[in-house]
Amino acid sequence: MTGSGPLAVCDRVSRQFGEFTAVSEVSLEVGAGEIVGLLGANGAGKTTLIRMLLGLLPASAGKVLLFGNPPSRGTRRRIGYVPQGLGLYDDLTPAQNLEFSAAAFGAQRRELPASLLPYADTQVGSLPLGLQRRVAFAQALSHQPDLLILDEPTSGVDPLGRARLWETIAGAASAGAGVLVTTHYMEEAGECSGLVIMAEGRVVAEGTAPEIIGTARVTVVETPAWAAAFGALEEARMPVALAGRALRVPGATPDEVRRALSGAGGPGARVHEAPATLEERFFQLALPRSTTEESA
Amino acid sequence: MSRRPGGAATGAAGDEQGGWGVDEISVQYRGRLALDRITLHAATGQVTAVVGGDGAGKTTLLRCLAGALAPGSGQVRRPAARQIGYLPGSSGTYPDLTVRENLDFRAAAYGLPAGQARERSGDLLERAGLAGARDRLAGQLSGGMRQKLGVIAAMLTAPRLLVLDEPTTGIDPVSRSGLWWLIARAAASGCAVVLTTTYLDEAERAAAVLALDAGHELAAGTPDQIVAAVPGTLRGAVGEPPGEDRRRAWRRGGRWRVWDPPGTTGGGGTAMEPDLQDAVTIAALARELGTAGSTVTGSTR
Repeated sequence: MTGSGPLAVCDRVSRQFGEFTAVSEVSLEVGAGEIVGLLGANGAGKTTLIRMLLGLLPASAGKVLLFGNPPSRGTRRRIGYVPQGLGLYDDLTPAQNLEFSAAAFGAQRRELPASLLPYADTQVGSLPLGLQRRVAFAQALSHQPDLLILDEPTSGVDPLGRARLWETIAGAASAGAGVLVTTHYMEEAGECSGLVIMAEGRVVAEGTAPEIIGTARVTVVETPAWAAAFGALEEARMPVALAGRALRVPGATPDEVRRALSGAGGPGARVHEAPATLEERFFQLALPRSTTEESA
Repeated sequence: MSRRPGGAATGAAGDEQGGWGVDEISVQYRGRLALDRITLHAATGQVTAVVGGDGAGKTTLLRCLAGALAPGSGQVRRPAARQIGYLPGSSGTYPDLTVRENLDFRAAAYGLPAGQARERSGDLLERAGLAGARDRLAGQLSGGMRQKLGVIAAMLTAPRLLVLDEPTTGIDPVSRSGLWWLIARAAASGCAVVLTTTYLDEAERAAAVLALDAGHELAAGTPDQIVAAVPGTLRGAVGEPPGEDRRRAWRRGGRWRVWDPPGTTGGGGTAMEPDLQDAVTIAALARELGTAGSTVTGSTR
């Protein structure tokens, strides 16, 4: 069985599609009780990596190990997977969906969670999306998997609903499962015990959010005349972003920003440095390597 | 337009207050209230975010604001149709037309001379990373590129009100950054921008926020006002809170947070300052638990 080793291992895994390298020498591990967040732009290789872990796609090079073995139908049985599209049968009820997946995996049939019992006999397709998502989670967890793979699990969910879904994910991790989760939203990255950032098929950073942010800083411009300041910084081709009524400029020092502003921020403008957010650090990591979109 | 007593009224007089918006609008849909007396002020030169999950009423609100749906009651303040740029959640571009053709068509439909439209769109396309995609069919663009095209098309006629329904949903962070640059540029040029999102870290970039839940207002105001208006107190705890506390607790960043409504005394844990995400979560909890003071509203309106 698993022993004390990691549940999932990718060791310098690559995947080619003809000439195109979707995943290039990626190494990562997911251990018991860990929640690993996988971040990256579209086309970074996240979905290809997940498909290799699920055993749906063989690696072109490198080694994928699940519970110490190559991916197989046997390892798939120990994985709970929630795809972006949820993967439910719309014309079956929640109970029938659970029954079907239990039969398909050869797992013992589990009861629906109490919160879903009122909807046990309703066709999944006619349930609101939030409930469908809870059914997909119940199904992925119903065979008590050792490894959970979640592809953008909280898309479209309200903040309280999202907190509740993360309770479920963290609960599974506390009970010893390993979790690999993709998200486009940095507020969710804070729920992970570790992060892996991919760009162009490669791992460009890994660690906790503070480790990845490191000493990266941005310049913040606070001024009532933010629109004029935005125009001046845009004119200087600086990568300026709006945050409330403040402007944030990554990759430029306060002096450079002051020069570009040349008074456009008005007399009350305050220009100072601040620690970068995870999202801002993400761009620094993802952008220089990524080709421009029009050539994608 | 005239105001009819008891019914919905619209008017272009709204800009006197420095913006557009809806006042106390309600919408019935299939026998239930899709919007219940919702008020939203969209100030010029500012981004206003409407946040909530699926079914919260965000799209219904935006359709009312853009003039695609008449509310059952309440008032809508919006400019003339030609001064509204509206990107519906279902794309807003024509998949069988190229990027260039989409923009030309939009310009023609709004009576904007083609030369002027191309001049205006050229820089936007370049800054949004779409300049090399002018001759590609919109249907063949990635989701992020298609959304950027939709926003550029909505901005093309220099609208006074830009209404964007979930422009960044399902879009990766790199494309999202390009979309936010377009949004900021529209606001900087004096346009009132209203957009919807399901994520609070995104809403936090807006100057004002309205949080909806099942057609009801959960919270409204600037992020600071919403945080300042949180009723009761918030405390952090390491382990899962026991008993009654569990119902008012949620997990965030690997730790637990417990909300104590006004007049209750907190159990174990350390007091903490809520942020916008906490504030909206608390408002949703308060509503779920039927606690008084379940709307967290700033004082701007």
